[in-house]
Parts: sequence; structure tokens; C-alpha cells
Amino acid sequence: MPHRKSLSLVWRRYPQRYQLIGSKCLTCGTHFFPPRDFCPKCRRKGEIVEQKMKGTGKIHSFTVVRVPQEGFEMEVPYVLAVVELDEGPKLTAQIISVKPDEVSIGMPVKMVFRRISEDGDSGIINYGYKFEKA
Amino acid sequence: MQKVAVIGAGQTKFGEHWEKSFRDLMAEAGKKAIEDANISGNDIQAVYGGTMSAGRMIGQEHIGALIADSMGLNPIPSTRVENACASGGTAFREAYMAIAGGHYDIVVAGGVEKMTDVFTSQASLALGGAADQEWEVFFGATFPALYALIARRHMHEYGTTEEQMARVAVKNHHNGSLNPNAQYRRDVTLEQVMSSSKVADPLKLLDCSPITDGAAAVVLASEKIARKYCDDPIWVLGSAQASDTLALHDRESLTTLKSSVIAGREAMKQAGVKPTDINIAEVHDCFTIAEICAVEDLGFVEKGKGGKAEEDGMFDLNSNISVNPSGGLKACGHPVGATGIKQVIEAVEQLRGEAGKRQVDGAETALTHNVGGTGATAVVHIFSKEGN
Ligand SMILES: [Zn+2]
Repeated sequence: MPHRKSLSLVWRRYPQRYQLIGSKCLTCGTHFFPPRDFCPKCRRKGEIVEQKMKGTGKIHSFTVVRVPQEGFEMEVPYVLAVVELDEGPKLTAQIISVKPDEVSIGMPVKMVFRRISEDGDSGIINYGYKFEKA
Repeated sequence: MQKVAVIGAGQTKFGEHWEKSFRDLMAEAGKKAIEDANISGNDIQAVYGGTMSAGRMIGQEHIGALIADSMGLNPIPSTRVENACASGGTAFREAYMAIAGGHYDIVVAGGVEKMTDVFTSQASLALGGAADQEWEVFFGATFPALYALIARRHMHEYGTTEEQMARVAVKNHHNGSLNPNAQYRRDVTLEQVMSSSKVADPLKLLDCSPITDGAAAVVLASEKIARKYCDDPIWVLGSAQASDTLALHDRESLTTLKSSVIAGREAMKQAGVKPTDINIAEVHDCFTIAEICAVEDLGFVEKGKGGKAEEDGMFDLNSNISVNPSGGLKACGHPVGATGIKQVIEAVEQLRGEAGKRQVDGAETALTHNVGGTGATAVVHIFSKEGN
């Protein structure tokens, strides 16, 4: 599909998807992931700096995906979760190395770097963060 | 501001229309709406058409032009409106504002989606465009998965059960069985919903709205025109829209759609009504959990009590508030861009007393609630038989 074909489209997200580089507002202390250039709370008064997330957090909610989207057929069934990072921001990621029925809300997790999906048309293999039990 | 009324409504049947194109569907709905309004095509001054994904589904953009053309309305201005699953409701609101603001006196608002010209996997991928491509879909999120994340969290925070969600499907299928335009005109049992195949736990196939073709259109008019052309205008008393983060995970709470809360409150304020004044609500039940969130976010029940209220039948046909008397997205089907307009049509038919077997007795005030994505957009309208 067009939105996944171009290499530059995934390449420009490497720092965030590979290393959890987010940002932080020095004015109010709020962390952002993915990074924001602009603090919605402080607006023009906010001073934003780059900030790497530690990569630890806990499961806020989760599901077991049984009908996947294209490119994820190999993964099924997989656990997809909203993870709340220790710094505060939440993100969506797969939970791996744990059986679906062992996953629970509140479970501590840590980030790992993995293959995410394969784009059949272009041959691009996408990498990024997944999480496993901490 | 001019007062605005709906003076005509028309829709295609919702379902798999293999014999009909996008163009055919739009033309059929538009023609019915114009005939119902008893006006001539020459009286119409502008068109707003909602469609989410024509480019992905049929390879066609420039839908504004196509709609005016297919309805034979050239050369009046025609504009496509896209707000994912809330495209129809947003198109209606644009038409409403164009009249309320005094630019026009007669405007058509339409919605259409032709989803069965592509494989289901392609349609699903297109629907995923309503979510955040870079930060949700990239990591394996599907649309049902995102609503499943809401459902799981709702169960965790409030003790909502899978049976309570299933109960929404049972109710809406029952209402749909009474609606000749619905895709699914048959009842389902709680057991059937509970034993349907798992899509994204805890959501099962029968918790999800289907892929559907369809179109819907309404004619809106200013007060002076409405009173002249129409014996039973349905007045728009409130119109509000709100936005929230594109990605679900960016929200403080996964279980409250803040956009619904804000749009609902604002529309009710404009209309001078309270949640308890609403007799009929067409809410955005793309998944059963979405209806539970909606009845809470719109203030019909306290936060967290939606599941129990559904179980107790509080939103059944002819109860306190009849929620989704049309059958909702669940049973009518969800031709994305058409859904928001179909909701308006249900409100109009109910308030006119023309809803046949699913008619709600003494319906006076109706609400429509159309959501884009997982709540990044919400549009709420309030309708009444009486203009206040
Ligand atoms: Zn700040």
C-alpha cells in the first residue's frame, strides 16, 4: 500500500522506533512520546528538549489480535497493548515472549528491538520496539 | 443565525450492492432526498458530501464533483468532507453551518461509501487510516484491536462484561430486524454473539459492525424555505463537533471519548435540553463497546454504568431512551461516509412518526452521535419536531 512503500517514510522515524527518543517540556516537566515540538499545556512558554525514554513501563490495556492486518499474518495471534512508560507517555506495541493468557493489566514490561512487519510489495522489513515481561 | 430544518431524506438500502457503483448509490440517495423534500433540483444551492476512503476503495478522488455530477446538480458548489467514520456527520454540520450562517437557504448533505469493490483486507487497511498510521497501525493495530483495548480497559475499570457488550449486539440486531434498509434484518441471540469467532479479544465478530455499501442524503433548509415547502420540518436545535488525539494511547483515559463528552454537552446546551430529555439517540456503535462508551459520554448514564444499563434493557426500543432504533452501525451496516447521514435520517423518520415497526412512541427529541476513528472526532446533533 502507498503509505508503507517509501523507505524515507519509515527511515525518518528510526530514532523514535529504534531508541524510544521522545521529548520533554522543561517548563512543566511533561514527557512526550512520540516527541512533540510543542507542549500542548505550556504552548509558547514551553521549552522542549530531546529525551530518551528508559523503555520500562506497565501494561495499561491489551488485546489478542486474531484477525491481523496485511503484513502481520506471521504474527497471529499476537498481543497488542497500550503500554504506559515510567516517564508517563503511553504507546501502542506488541507484547512478546509471553503467552496471551499470562498478560494482565499492570504487568511490568521492558522495551526490546524487533522486526515489526514485512511489506510484501516493496520488500521493506520494518523494525521497531516491542515489549516483553520485565 | 438562521434556524435550520431538515426537509427531505433519502437513502439506499445498506448492504452489499455488487450491481451498483459509488455513483449509482449517491444518485439514488440524492434523488430520493430531493423528491422527499418536494423541491426541484434547481432550488439547491450547495452540496456537502461525506466519504472516508473513496481513493482507496474505488480509486476515485474529487468526490465533490462526482456527487454534484451524479445528482445532476451542476454547476452549484460541491465539496467533499472527510473525517473518517464521522465524515457524514461532519458533512451534515457543514451544510447546517452554511445555512445557519446565512450563505444559503437550501443545501444537500450526503454521505456514501462503496466498500465491496475491494477485498475485505484492503477495506480493513483503508479503515485503519482512521487510526494513527505511524504510531498505532505500524505496530500492528487494527481497528477492532483499538476498540478491544478500550473494551479491556472498560472491563478493568468498571467491571463491564463481555455479555453486557453482547447485549448491545442483540438489541441492535433486533432493531435492525425492523428496519427495511438495514444490512442485517434478523435477530441474533446472546449465545450467538458470545460464540462468534474472536477478532481481537474481548471483541468477537458479532461485536463488530460489518463492511457495507450505501449512501444517504438529506435536504436542509432555512426557516423561511422550510415553512414554505414543508409540512413537517425537523428542526436542528444543536450542532457541535470536537477533536481529540488521533492515537488512542495519547489520551488520559481510554474509556472516555472526550470528544463525545464535549460535543454532546455543547449540542445539548445549544438545544436547551438535558440528556434525560432525549427520546431517541442514534449513537456510533462501530463496536458494541462503543455504544457503551457513548451512552456514558453523552450523559445517559453515569460513567461505568453503561454495560449494566444495556443489560437491564434501559436503551431498548421504547424504553427511557431508545438507543439506535435503526439498528445502529451494528445491524444497518457501516458504509463509513454514509453512516452519519443515515443517523440523521433515522432521527427525521422517528420524529415524523414514519419509522414503521420500529417507531418510538411519542418521540419528540432526537440526538445523533457520529465518531471518527477511536474518538479523534465526534459530531453531535439534536433534532426536534418543534423549533424553539
Ligand atoms: Zn509544558
